[in-house]
Amino acid sequence: MQLQTQFTVIQDVLIVRLDGELDHHSAARLKIEWQEQLRHQGVKHVILNLDSLQFMDSSGLGVVLGRYKEVKQLGGEMIVCSVNPAVKRLFNMSGLFKIVRLEMNEDYALSSLGVAS
Amino acid sequence: MNNHVELTFKSVSENEAFARVAVAAFVAQIDPNMDELTEIKTVVSEAVTNAIIHGYEEDSNQDVYISCTLTDNSLSVLIEDKGMGIDNIDLAKEPLYTSKPELERSGMGFTIMENFMDKVEIISYPGEGTKVKMTKDLQTSQTMCK
Repeated sequence: MQLQTQFTVIQDVLIVRLDGELDHHSAARLKIEWQEQLRHQGVKHVILNLDSLQFMDSSGLGVVLGRYKEVKQLGGEMIVCSVNPAVKRLFNMSGLFKIVRLEMNEDYALSSLGVAS
Repeated sequence: MNNHVELTFKSVSENEAFARVAVAAFVAQIDPNMDELTEIKTVVSEAVTNAIIHGYEEDSNQDVYISCTLTDNSLSVLIEDKGMGIDNIDLAKEPLYTSKPELERSGMGFTIMENFMDKVEIISYPGEGTKVKMTKDLQTSQTMCK
């Protein structure tokens, strides 16, 4: 299954919704598209919504870590939400939750950034 | 249940998904639970990705080999490339270590394999290639019926 990506900007927040499977193959294109979106005027924070993500391996961790560094450069915050237990295990194993905040869903994530959805 | 399958495929990234789905389909015959299937798909994805990125340095004209054996409720998977091999296996296994940080590799591949499988053995010689042999005992419904 291919990876479908949807980008939405609300105020200074870029919402990234992933649907499908994130591996080394799909990570390459995701990185390019995501970097392009981060260049949008005024984008500071990122919410990564993994509600429809069906598979992820360590290549996914690499892309998230790479974008985290870029968001930090913008002075923003990265939040991940709607994470399934399998993906949560990978995030825990790699220590990513020490730098990326976890929220239950997109609405909570948005309101934690002071944005009304 | 005793069964065996072998696969050979080109070292292109499209085959990462093919490999993990193929191995999962083979293991499905002993009725593993969803967590076990996810773990198996993840480790196959990790080892095949390593073969493509590190073993063959993304040369798409090489071959990756997978051999799977089911013995009772135990799965054994061997994933092999005939690429450049690993200089320092202990270093490669360290969590967060990657020889290719410029490619945004997380360095978590071997850590994930060791966490998700019961046993992981890496046999690698520089210039000859790498074999990753992993085994896992499955808590199948057959076990529960005993």
